[in-house]
Amino acid sequence: MSERNGTETLLRLDHVTVRFGETVALDDVSLSLRRGETCVIQGAAGSGKTTLMKTALGLIKPDEGHVYLFGVDTLTARETELNELRSHMGILFQEGGLFDSMTIEENVGYPLVNMKSLKCPPGEVLARVQQALDFVELGHTLEKVPSELSGGMRRRVGIARAVVTRPSLLLYDSPTAGLDPITANTIMALIAKERDTRGTATALATHRYQDGFLLANYRYNAHTERLEDAGGKNLHTMFIVLGEGRIVFEGTQQELETSPDPYVSKFAKPLKE
Amino acid sequence: MFDFLKGPILSIQTFFLLSGRAMVNIFRSPHYADDISLQMDIIGVGSLPLILLTGLFTGAVITLQMSRALNTYGASGQVGNIVAITLVRELGPVLTALLVAGRNASGIASEIGSMKVTEQIDAMRALGTDPVQKLVTPRLLAMATMLPVLTIISDFMGLVGGYVVGSVLLNLTTPTQFWSSAYQALEYRDIAQGLIKPFVFALVIALVGCHAGMNTTGGTQGVGRATTQAVVVSSVWVIVLTFFISKFFVDF
Ligand SMILES: Nc1ncnc2c1ncn2[C@@H]1O[C@H](COP(=O)(O)OP(=O)(O)OP(=O)(O)O)[C@@H](O)[C@H]1O
Ligand SMILES: [Mg+2]
Repeated sequence: MSERNGTETLLRLDHVTVRFGETVALDDVSLSLRRGETCVIQGAAGSGKTTLMKTALGLIKPDEGHVYLFGVDTLTARETELNELRSHMGILFQEGGLFDSMTIEENVGYPLVNMKSLKCPPGEVLARVQQALDFVELGHTLEKVPSELSGGMRRRVGIARAVVTRPSLLLYDSPTAGLDPITANTIMALIAKERDTRGTATALATHRYQDGFLLANYRYNAHTERLEDAGGKNLHTMFIVLGEGRIVFEGTQQELETSPDPYVSKFAKPLKE
Repeated sequence: MFDFLKGPILSIQTFFLLSGRAMVNIFRSPHYADDISLQMDIIGVGSLPLILLTGLFTGAVITLQMSRALNTYGASGQVGNIVAITLVRELGPVLTALLVAGRNASGIASEIGSMKVTEQIDAMRALGTDPVQKLVTPRLLAMATMLPVLTIISDFMGLVGGYVVGSVLLNLTTPTQFWSSAYQALEYRDIAQGLIKPFVFALVIALVGCHAGMNTTGGTQGVGRATTQAVVVSSVWVIVLTFFISKFFVDF
């Protein structure tokens, strides 16, 4: 794997089709994500966002097409090689995916302990876990189990587990689904903070317009420790809208906002309730 | 035209694939010793009270039912003999397996199933652990060792139950006669049959439970479906397989 070069493609989907029996969950989807880029994937329920995320991780094998992670074809890669690639990625699952038989400490430390290719010395695990939990402001929950935490806190633990390996590519599957607006904003702020402090390439699946808007227009300032308006500077954010497994829109925020397509434009403005 | 067969055939295919991988993993590291011993505790120790109680009453009730028939032929001294054969060859293995299927196939399916719907299985794979190695193989090993042990215990408790009813309550035989006729009735092939059956049933119960759990879809409702399916399918297989194993032993 080549070391940091500015425009390295971290993730590339090449005409990917995924079927579950009769349902076509992804239909001829192509996209690529380079270092420093953000990709916001929007779409209605059942449009294939989760499937896209799992296919990108190599958890679902595409029926057609190829998925390249860090330039390696996941279709022909062996499981050990896949694990090595995955150790450079972090994922937050829609349903959380926290192991409910383990404590928060064990959950967050899990990738460090189990991913051989990370070669994390056992003595360092606790410090890294503490650091990741401090990042999401849950440094005091080490001994708790997931069921003792609120939904929003569990999402934050999920983020801590995703970032603990210091990945260069992060996938967030619907991180704000089912949360109240305030908690949702906290989560999005954390995602932006991780992206802007470590420069992680970020793919975000969401059904909330505000989430994409925030990533495209705000930047985390490490000095003031808060999000600030990036002043319309291009933050390398690409928007994708999925409809029934197909990419129905791909472009910038401006293009999204001016799209004439009625389905696409639903994702370009805050939903009026 | 044969579209309705697609589902079942697909699930048989995934079942054998999972079984194959679980068995190959037995010989591969890493070995999750903690998970194996935890499962042994859940399956073996956890089922023990149930097995003790049902074993005892099964032996007792066989003796009770047989006592009249044996009396008619004046063969009441044979009661130990009959209880031993029916228990060791058939009822011990089958009843134990059915109880363990009800208790543990459901437990396995619901535990793995809820891990599946909350994406813990996906998380495991994403974080570098083979879920078959971590979840299926330990349950398979624990079941394959504990079910034969539970069956032996159940057989023994059945004989105790038979003894209590036959010798103490009904006075059909003397204690010595009961135990010696029970002992003499059993041949090596009975013991073999009585141990092969629980071993085969164990594979079926563990794998059917794991397969149902791993293929759960559709949220919490799906977990309920998977649990029911695991118990029904494994119980039916136990009954069907006991016929074929018995047939094999009768023929040879
Ligand atoms: N394991 C599976 N088996 C069968 N069908 C599946 C499976 N996973 C997803 N699907 C189907 O694929 C389609 C896409 O599902 P997916 O979960 O990717 O949607 P989504 O965009 O994430 O939806 P949501 O916003 O509700 O999370 C749906 O029609 C779904 O029913
Ligand atoms: Mg989803």
